[in-house]
Amino acid sequence: MDLQTIWFILVTVLFTGFFVLEGFDFGVGILHPFMSSDDRERRAVINTIGPFWDGNEVWLITAGGAMFAAFPEWYATLFSGFYPALLLMLVALIMRGVAFEFRSKHDNPAWRSFWDWSIFAGSAIPALLWGVALANFIRGVPIDQSMNYAGGFFNLLNPYALVCGLASLCIFTLHGAVFLTLKTTDILRERAMNLAKKMWAPATLLSLAFTIYTSIETDLFRRLGLNPGIIPVFSILALLSVIVLLRRNASGWAFAMTAVAIAFSTVTIFMGLFPRVLVSSLNPEWSLTIYNSSSSDYTLGIMTIVAAIFVPIVLVYQGWSYWVFRQRVTPDSELEY
Amino acid sequence: MDQHFIIMNIVTIPHVTIAKEILMDTLFLARLQFAFTSVFHFFFVPLTLGLSIFTAIMETAWVRTGNEKYRKLTQFWGKLFLINFAVGVVTGIVMEFQFGMNWSEYSRFVGDIFGVPLAIEALLAFFLESVFLGIWVFGWDRLPKALHAASIWLVAIGSNLSALWILVANSFMQSPVGYKMAADGSRAEMTDFAALLFNPYVWKQFPHVLAGGLVTGGFLVIAVSSWHLVRGSKDRSAFETSMKFGAVYAFIGTILVTLAGHTQMQDLIESQPMKVAAAEALWETENPASFSLFTVGNEKELKDVFAIRIPGMLSFLAYNSFEGEVKGIKNLQKEYELKYGPGNYIPSIITAYWSFRFMVGAGTLMLLVSIVALYKVIRENYTFSPLLGAIMFWSFLLPYIANSAGWILAEMGRQPWIVFGLLKTEDAVSPASVVSSGELLLSIAAFFIIYGLLTIVDVFLLKKNAAAGLEAAQ
Repeated sequence: MDLQTIWFILVTVLFTGFFVLEGFDFGVGILHPFMSSDDRERRAVINTIGPFWDGNEVWLITAGGAMFAAFPEWYATLFSGFYPALLLMLVALIMRGVAFEFRSKHDNPAWRSFWDWSIFAGSAIPALLWGVALANFIRGVPIDQSMNYAGGFFNLLNPYALVCGLASLCIFTLHGAVFLTLKTTDILRERAMNLAKKMWAPATLLSLAFTIYTSIETDLFRRLGLNPGIIPVFSILALLSVIVLLRRNASGWAFAMTAVAIAFSTVTIFMGLFPRVLVSSLNPEWSLTIYNSSSSDYTLGIMTIVAAIFVPIVLVYQGWSYWVFRQRVTPDSELEY
Repeated sequence: MDQHFIIMNIVTIPHVTIAKEILMDTLFLARLQFAFTSVFHFFFVPLTLGLSIFTAIMETAWVRTGNEKYRKLTQFWGKLFLINFAVGVVTGIVMEFQFGMNWSEYSRFVGDIFGVPLAIEALLAFFLESVFLGIWVFGWDRLPKALHAASIWLVAIGSNLSALWILVANSFMQSPVGYKMAADGSRAEMTDFAALLFNPYVWKQFPHVLAGGLVTGGFLVIAVSSWHLVRGSKDRSAFETSMKFGAVYAFIGTILVTLAGHTQMQDLIESQPMKVAAAEALWETENPASFSLFTVGNEKELKDVFAIRIPGMLSFLAYNSFEGEVKGIKNLQKEYELKYGPGNYIPSIITAYWSFRFMVGAGTLMLLVSIVALYKVIRENYTFSPLLGAIMFWSFLLPYIANSAGWILAEMGRQPWIVFGLLKTEDAVSPASVVSSGELLLSIAAFFIIYGLLTIVDVFLLKKNAAAGLEAAQ
């Protein structure tokens, strides 16, 4: 296996980790205004992700850094080409990030409500935009001979990408609702369970629609072949099983299945891309691949050593932080946010 | 038809045309945005660096002595730390994205090298500070005391490590090492990672930034503590303690930042003599070289209009001896023309000159204030006259002036280069066909509005929570 392939896999792992982890805290951010009837309940809901959201977001920062280091042309073309979408995402992530810290530091209903809706919008917008971005990776965007994006903002907002955006929005919301059934008790858990059951149908229907649309709009399934392997099939099966598990009150398994559905569909898209990283809709020859966009072998070698040492360490201590805060949160707990 | 004619006429009025050209100039707009977002980001970073360590010291004192006063102080300073930290983090995401968004040609040119420390920063530093901050904030009742204190130390280590890696990246821009040019000249490629990491520039710049963080934290602690002492808040003994720690902290920081700055300046004479010459408005090569106390210069003709200079002083600063040649702007321009081809290699002298003076001036005042604070603390005299109280309070602004001025000198003094000797800033910006001036104007407007809002909210929250005192921080 060459270094470029190793780094393609690592970037896939980083994005997958980001979607699985930040996915549920986006979901909780989207749902929290609809979960709670007073400030204490709302704080309990937000506190379920309190110790985790910042560490989850670092998966995105690391994915961005890894793209820059391993595939600078991909990073440069993508970030300059998807400009307005990324600007919107930055605004959303800024408002969301400060909202978590700011909301509790002043006791005033209008103040809290402003930051609560910042958390809502700051979670919903990236949840939607990441679906739109991923769909455009695979569908193809106008990229010219010199690897520069030659389209506008509205090239990104095609119906196919929007279906994918809505699907990711709904799946993350579902993922967040299931997470809340794991982390809350009593009335909050009941509400989360109801919301999870309600979110399941749109999330599943949109995912199926996206799958069918993908077979028409892109070459993904042609490239994967008649037998696409267990990963794409399991991503659908996992999503289908969620409703059964929820009805049996098996929150833990349901959460595992939404995580699998998100992870496997992300991996499927990257498998369909390989060895391309951004498809050019103007000329297949102009697509960015892991070979024409990568750093030198020396740089990739250094990065491989660094990743081999530090990724396991990060996984251990981040995993430990989930263990420390494994208990359910109630409105009677010590609340921070 | 008539109306059209009138509009055409208005547009061709000279100053309107100039304004229009500036607004269409993507290079100018991208630079404006970078200047604004990076200076703003660096308002918050040094306090994060300094206050994280300070909070960790407070908690360690609590663990070791069991004195409840230290637990209260930990929570009090920790709360201010968190308010500041949040803004530093979110404005940092903008920095990481901005290289690709506005500077795609730069990213393609240096990604092979510059991307590496950025990725390592995320993996080594950001995970550490984010995960352990979550543990620290929510773990008061869940962890043994010592482990809880260890987690704030890990946050502090993570923050300061992130400074190291971003400075490894910046040092490559200032003084490129460990690279070769690709065969087709399209990009620089890394050949020696160790050279990048042990770039002498890094180890001059990192202590300076680190000490800058200590100073920023120390002066904020002095400001808030003296404010409470002057007003006779009920937590008098606790604020006397933090005043004591803050004064020592600020004094050590100021000494270190001065020494580190001095060695950095000596390194600059070698690595970027033009930056030094511009910061000193030194037009001609001199030996011994004089230090400018005050210069009004004519930047177009490269000469003094009015100047007071101390003979030999610049040579002394550069070489610790009153002898030694320091190259002048005109000589360096000629040298660079020979080396790099025709072009203008002179940065904005007025910017370099005054940013240097603001930095050193603020540093000198900080030294005076920290000596006074230390003197009072040693005498265990915690009563402040209204004037001295006001000085102790408002001095917290001095490190902010020095931090910003220092970075403006570092970055503006390097122009016209974005990577010294390798790539010019004008060749680094995203092509206008990809990122239009309209998109840049939109993003500048968005960041102005949001950062403005963040400033108001942040100042409001810091003030409210600092004034509320220890009991409210529980």
